[in-house]
Amino acid sequence: MKTAPLTTYRGEGILPPDPLAIDPALVESWLVRFIADELVRGRGMRTAVVGLSGGVDSAVTAYLCARALGPENVCCVRMPYRTSSKDSLDHAAMVIEALGCRERTIEITAAVDGYLQFEPDADGRRRGNVMARTRMLILFDLSQKYGGLPIGTGNKSERLLGYFTWHADDTPPLNPLGDLFKVQVWELARRLGVPSEIVEKAPSADLVVGQTDEGELGISYQKADPILAYLLMGYPPETLVREGFAPEEVRLVHHRVASTHWKRHLPTTAMLTNTAINEFYLRPVDY
Amino acid sequence: MHASVAAVQFQPRKGEIEANLDRMAEIFGQLADEGLPDLIVFPEASTTGYFLEGAVYELARSAGEYAEALQQRWRSAVSGARSADVVIGFYERDAGTVYNSALYVTLGGERPAIRHVHRKLFLPTYGVFDEQRFVTRGRRIGVFETSHFPSAILICEDVWHSICPTIAALKGAQVMIVPSASPGRGISGPEIETITQWRNTLQGAASEHGVYAVYAGLVGFEGGKGFTGTSMIVAPDGRIVAAGQRFEECVVRATMDSDAINVARARLPFIGDLHDVLPDLLLDEELPVPRGGHLAR
Repeated sequence: MKTAPLTTYRGEGILPPDPLAIDPALVESWLVRFIADELVRGRGMRTAVVGLSGGVDSAVTAYLCARALGPENVCCVRMPYRTSSKDSLDHAAMVIEALGCRERTIEITAAVDGYLQFEPDADGRRRGNVMARTRMLILFDLSQKYGGLPIGTGNKSERLLGYFTWHADDTPPLNPLGDLFKVQVWELARRLGVPSEIVEKAPSADLVVGQTDEGELGISYQKADPILAYLLMGYPPETLVREGFAPEEVRLVHHRVASTHWKRHLPTTAMLTNTAINEFYLRPVDY
Repeated sequence: MHASVAAVQFQPRKGEIEANLDRMAEIFGQLADEGLPDLIVFPEASTTGYFLEGAVYELARSAGEYAEALQQRWRSAVSGARSADVVIGFYERDAGTVYNSALYVTLGGERPAIRHVHRKLFLPTYGVFDEQRFVTRGRRIGVFETSHFPSAILICEDVWHSICPTIAALKGAQVMIVPSASPGRGISGPEIETITQWRNTLQGAASEHGVYAVYAGLVGFEGGKGFTGTSMIVAPDGRIVAAGQRFEECVVRATMDSDAINVARARLPFIGDLHDVLPDLLLDEELPVPRGGHLAR
């Protein structure tokens, strides 16, 4: 008599499952402690200056700063340009109201146009970069005024895709979100209670009317983030394709990462001696 | 025999050796008020902070200098003729060479008595770690007598290579002291993944060999890297008998007892078994160990 077939238990695929899974409560407590420790204990400052764009990254950053330092020690700055969407301003206002933090609204149109009048042919990308760099100028100046530091809002996805203005969005000395992919920022935002209008809207730098991250990048964060996560773990693009990711999406994401390493570094300095800074003369940032 | 132990979860100020020694003195005072333990363990790099890069050459000191400095702090903080053993992790300079070391010293006598200095063998040099670029590795695992249990010190990654606790136990250690500086990684679940790995590693090492594991973890952020702490004392049967919170400065205390070692080793006599089998394992000519002055393949 034939016996019943044995039960088979199959292993998982090559790729570890859920590469983007986070425990939002753990991440919140970790980042709140990071801000308090690095800003207050490490640098002797109490005030965080956060540029609020109306988007989820800066909202999450402001919430974390408020939890770490108290809302009275967080200055949220709205910096609209004349073409900025009204939603951006309104959503930033929702964050300020929800947190009860300090607020400044500084229109950047005059400053940006003051320069661009001499460069009337500047395209959208150049104009966007001028806006981003103007905003950073303001955040650093206000930080000096308030005796605080600007807190960065860049996430890991945009850092890896090179989707930011160099020496603008990436300049603040502390960045709580820089090791979180965009989909993880969304999850953290829900945990923190960021208004759903902000969490659910399409991400946009709002530098040009109608602009969205997905439209510019050619891929959504929901699709790009798992590819990024696996590439960073060390899985080759071919393996991702073999495991079912769309070849054109893997190619796009891999190319963006591979062509933007320079954006994640300090400027290249000519090394001439045995004491070249950061080549031979090596000291940690907190020493 | 029994001995009380305190693992101090400590957040140093970066590069401020004197301030950190003064803070240790405050903690000596607190422990003296609460009931002085026999052994007090501070984490790896506790006098300077962990990530020093080239500044390690400015901040390395000899074990003797630290023994004297600690004795001086002890005298200011602890009244009477009371003494205890203290372990600190520190960057050591010895004859021009720099190590990531831990000092075991008895304080409170007429002179500080250095019982042992362990130099970290496994210097992590991958990812965020760059130790071997700046310091030299140690060359042996020493087991030394104390006023209570024969002990060994293993610093951080030393313990992750299971051969190190094994050698310590084979050489007679009944207490494995582990000063550590572990920057946390892994956010997929309610506990930081590296903390879970530490628990598993320490519980596995303690229960396999029937030894106590005393783990003291650094806390605080250094350049964005958050040291997790989670100091713990693991009994010879693998139970965590005391543990601290992640990221918080705190003291973790427990009592170590020879009965617990005896019971654990009677239940799982692995270390005795290993004594029997070890010669066969080591005589295996395929092992990449030196024989007759040559490295066998």
